[in-house]
Amino acid sequence: MRRQITASVHYIVLAILALAVIYPVLYAFATSLMSMGEASSYPPHVVPHHLNFRNFVDVFDLVPIAAFIKNTFLVSIVVMLGQLVTSSMAAYAFARMNFKGKNLLFAAFMATMMIPWEVTIIPNYLTIRGWDWLDSYQGLIVPFLAASFGTFLLRQFFLQLPMELFEAARMDGCGHVRIFLSHVIPLSRPALGTLAVYSFLHMWNSYLWPLLITNSDQMRTVQIGIGMLQHQETTQWNLVFSGIVLVILPSLLMLALGLKQLVRGMTVGALKG
Amino acid sequence: MNGLDDTLNLPREKVSQRIALLRGTGTLSGLKWRENLLAYVFLGPSLILFGIFFFYPMIQSVYLSLHSTDLTGRVNGFVGLDNFIYLVKNDFFLHGLKITLYFALLTVPTSILVALLLAALSNGKRKGLTLFQFAYSLPVVLSVGSSSVIWMFLFHPSLGMFNYFLSLLHMSPINWLVDPKWALLSVSLMTVWMNLGFNYIILSSGLRGIPDEIRESAAIDGAGPLRLFVRILLPLLSPTLFFLVIVSIISSFQAFGQINILTHGGPMNSTNVLVFSIYQEAFENFRFGTGSAQALVLFIIIIILTLVQFKWAEKKVHYQ
Repeated sequence: MRRQITASVHYIVLAILALAVIYPVLYAFATSLMSMGEASSYPPHVVPHHLNFRNFVDVFDLVPIAAFIKNTFLVSIVVMLGQLVTSSMAAYAFARMNFKGKNLLFAAFMATMMIPWEVTIIPNYLTIRGWDWLDSYQGLIVPFLAASFGTFLLRQFFLQLPMELFEAARMDGCGHVRIFLSHVIPLSRPALGTLAVYSFLHMWNSYLWPLLITNSDQMRTVQIGIGMLQHQETTQWNLVFSGIVLVILPSLLMLALGLKQLVRGMTVGALKG
Repeated sequence: MNGLDDTLNLPREKVSQRIALLRGTGTLSGLKWRENLLAYVFLGPSLILFGIFFFYPMIQSVYLSLHSTDLTGRVNGFVGLDNFIYLVKNDFFLHGLKITLYFALLTVPTSILVALLLAALSNGKRKGLTLFQFAYSLPVVLSVGSSSVIWMFLFHPSLGMFNYFLSLLHMSPINWLVDPKWALLSVSLMTVWMNLGFNYIILSSGLRGIPDEIRESAAIDGAGPLRLFVRILLPLLSPTLFFLVIVSIISSFQAFGQINILTHGGPMNSTNVLVFSIYQEAFENFRFGTGSAQALVLFIIIIILTLVQFKWAEKKVHYQ
């Protein structure tokens, strides 16, 4: 009996805390379905009376959100694929090859992970401007095509692959390129999945860089577009929130499908210390 | 550098290869040379990108910080340490540093403690915990852009939910983002929420990594759940906690998006943190020199924090 009471108290506490944590998201979903009057009335409505799904259509007239979503998807997917290629190649070299300057280069890669990107933002902006890449896909994509985090993550994974695999492949006469392409890559799907989820989310959510280098509506990304929505705050809160919901939906989907991958990626850093 | 050496050594390598062949001892050095080349081919794309977008900018930052620039970012002339002296002499920079420190103090301990509470409560073998774990991890996938806009509306002085909840409790409304006394607190509150997901994931993975036997033997010895947590789990979790403290401080020094959207550094500069000040200096006032000088100060602070972490991690390995 006492155990049952502690269990239910435990669940109630957990549920209250969960509600508190996800409240801002619930609020966004609720407001996104309200009518215009409901969304900006006082006292505020907690839940909508009718589900106004039309908001999700109307928001496309308010701001060019279709272009924002298209841009951000394109940028995130290309960066994700690029990081998978560059990181897995670099990681293989660090994990399985012997070459001059390996330790020095590995230290240099790690340094790029520790130093925040904000420090280099002024020269990078000047570089991109110098190349006439402002307001372009190249400008949004190219600086992010290599990732030291991804290299580190995949290197750790490659090092854990059984040594026998490499010896057997070597016996069969496979060179490094063959081993990499037909043995290591297929076996590393979990780690590659982690990096994919991580890099997609990172690009989908990035804010400062797109804010700096894009200025036309046609090149803006979703996060900047969302920021633009706030200036419409006076009347159409419901549409603002439909926009927000559209933008956070892919992220929430990623969380539902890839929580395990995300956790694995994040704890790589935590466990190395 | 090394790739270059290899090509220069080409003839010699070939000769030694031939000698090796003649001796019938295989081509060890030839293999080595090929492996070196191949390794640099594998590393090439990353090396080039890091060179252009990381190592070159680091050097360029130092260069810019020692020069004055015109509005387009072109260098006017060498000014020595003037940019740094300007920073130290001007209130805005020291004020920005102070605000950043406050911001770190307000956000780092709170979000770690709340996440620790959530991790402790949702860690165990009860049924249905996965659902709660999902809920507590949720903020991790939300971007600073969309989170800030949601919170902007929650903070709304007359129609926002927070003031409505306060009115239900018969409390007077707060000018969350407009009142200089409250603005930094409000932004911190939102940041704590944003960091919860990450901190929760790290801490609950840490807790899960502690072997069950330890819990079981503590239970046999008669330790209650609270005692078990404080006396046994917390000390075992300390490496994870330390990692989290450093990472959180570093990320609090990088805060930008929420400031730009929620307060734009105001009211009365009460939320003007370091990265926002770099942004304003370089991209609103077009003073790239002093902007770079500020960026370098940020760099030094973060390097020190990172070194502290490594030193400590090394020690931990020795003493355990």
